[in-house]
Amino acid sequence: MIRSQRWKGAAFTVPFQLGFVFLYLIPIGYAVYESLFVEHQSGLGLGGSTEKFSGLDNYQQGLTDSAFMNSVLRVVLFACVQIPVMLLVSLLLALFLDALSSKAAGRFRILLLVPYMIPGVVAAIVWINLYSPDVGPLTPLGKVFGLSWNFFAPSMVWPSIGNLLTWHGIGYNMVIIYAALQGVPRDLFEAARLDGASEFQVALSIKIPYVRGALVLTGMLSIIQMLQIFNEPALFRNVTPQTVDDSFTPIMVIYNQAFNAGNYHYAAALSVLLALVLGLASFLFYRLTAKEAD
Amino acid sequence: MTLTAEHRKAQQVRRLNKPDPAARSRGGQRFLLVGLVLASAYSLFPVWWLLVAATKNRTGLYQSNGLWFSGMHLWENLRQVFTYENGIFLRWTANSFLYAGVGSLGGTLIALATGYGLARFEFPGRGAVFACVVGSFLIPIALLTLPLYLMFSKIGLVDTPWAMLIPCLINPFSVYLAKVYTEATVPFELLEAARLDGAGELRIFFSIVLRMMTTGGATVFLLAFVNTWNAFFLPLTVLRGEKNWTLNIGLYNWTGKRLESGVDLTSLVLTGALLSIVPMAVMMVAMRRYWRTGVTLGALK
Repeated sequence: MIRSQRWKGAAFTVPFQLGFVFLYLIPIGYAVYESLFVEHQSGLGLGGSTEKFSGLDNYQQGLTDSAFMNSVLRVVLFACVQIPVMLLVSLLLALFLDALSSKAAGRFRILLLVPYMIPGVVAAIVWINLYSPDVGPLTPLGKVFGLSWNFFAPSMVWPSIGNLLTWHGIGYNMVIIYAALQGVPRDLFEAARLDGASEFQVALSIKIPYVRGALVLTGMLSIIQMLQIFNEPALFRNVTPQTVDDSFTPIMVIYNQAFNAGNYHYAAALSVLLALVLGLASFLFYRLTAKEAD
Repeated sequence: MTLTAEHRKAQQVRRLNKPDPAARSRGGQRFLLVGLVLASAYSLFPVWWLLVAATKNRTGLYQSNGLWFSGMHLWENLRQVFTYENGIFLRWTANSFLYAGVGSLGGTLIALATGYGLARFEFPGRGAVFACVVGSFLIPIALLTLPLYLMFSKIGLVDTPWAMLIPCLINPFSVYLAKVYTEATVPFELLEAARLDGAGELRIFFSIVLRMMTTGGATVFLLAFVNTWNAFFLPLTVLRGEKNWTLNIGLYNWTGKRLESGVDLTSLVLTGALLSIVPMAVMMVAMRRYWRTGVTLGALK
């Protein structure tokens, strides 16, 4: 490629590079910088405040802050249950669709994708009302079967949120897995069937290994999303603040520290810590899934 | 098309090969159908419930069966939503359209140029730019939003539309998709031919590349639009006064009114929620060809 042309090519990416520097790199750098300071109120807090360099004190505080560490543990545990369940259901539905004629599959695919069209906040609002003992149909339904369930009870909040996320997410994940299934060479199945393999065996030993890539990808995206969960618990908190407290998830802790306690320095340190947790979780997941391939 | 044909052929072969085709496949198909019908019912019933709830007045909402109609009060509810607090809901709707529409348009143009640059040119630092794009997927939203809030408040942008519009201009996922689409649709030979004919690089981009990328560009725009429309943490953080809020933030605020001040807005919230789905649904159905390819292509590469 001619030299001048190279630079013209680079020029096409300049707006993005500039934006990336100002909206990604500088903010991250700024957050790291801010996290190294603490604010000191002078006197009675009337004379303004001064900032003092404190090294890694904020990080040390964060690592021993039980509210923050508990929130991290809570979302990690939740992700460990929620993601396998959601992906398993999505995979199952994708396999079902794959076994149908393409016309029937197309119809079901559209129906199953309806929840994906609904904004996340609206999905949470709808489910919160379905769960509600006042207006929701699920409470009277439970009575019919002799169940008196309370979806906002402490032990039920995570299952309630999990169901909402599964409802919202299976369509999208199913479409990705289904698209990967469509790429499996069909003659592989025929060969297996001729050898006497059952449909179940074909699915287990040909189809699923073939869509591993799609599963790893949807798993990775889900991990990143689950550890940062905020919208759903925030909306649940609007109706049941006793069970969903203000430090229910890591992002809620960070939001509170920044905007309710006004402690930006500490909030910045916590968001850096969360980034590290996210990086570590993705790395572990990647290593785990890469190992299985060998 | 070939895929469908192959699929059909494969099914025929499948039937021929089975030892006991009738019994086995009919039972199997019935099992699959039952499973899928149940899953579809699970997917649809909350939407149905919302639709029904939006047609009820307060008494109906609290006392009648949730899955069936009781009286037709949809118009009344709509009037209430649009007139509550001097029509603030309309303002939120306009804001959502403004942020999602203008922000995604700008973001898509920047993404297409960047994707084209990355896919069709060799230049020093290209790998680094692409690494930034992919690496940014792992950055938690709080790590970006908090410092952005502090920076924006220093230059007086907090609580203005700019605080939403500016971050929308840079969308790494759009860039990633644009690169994938360029690789799939813009051949090197064509660019070489245009250069031999003496066309400048900018002209090639605007009159050839952009035209070839209409499908890809539409997908990138659609996904960015959906993303911004659904955004919650960013607008919650940078938009403080209710006149600049989006639909999401407005509805969130309405759901909190009951515990905060004892005003029960459930009826308003549900009708408002239904209304906020409409633009999304219309857009996704109208552009389904684009987002289907977009979702799957972006995911598989």
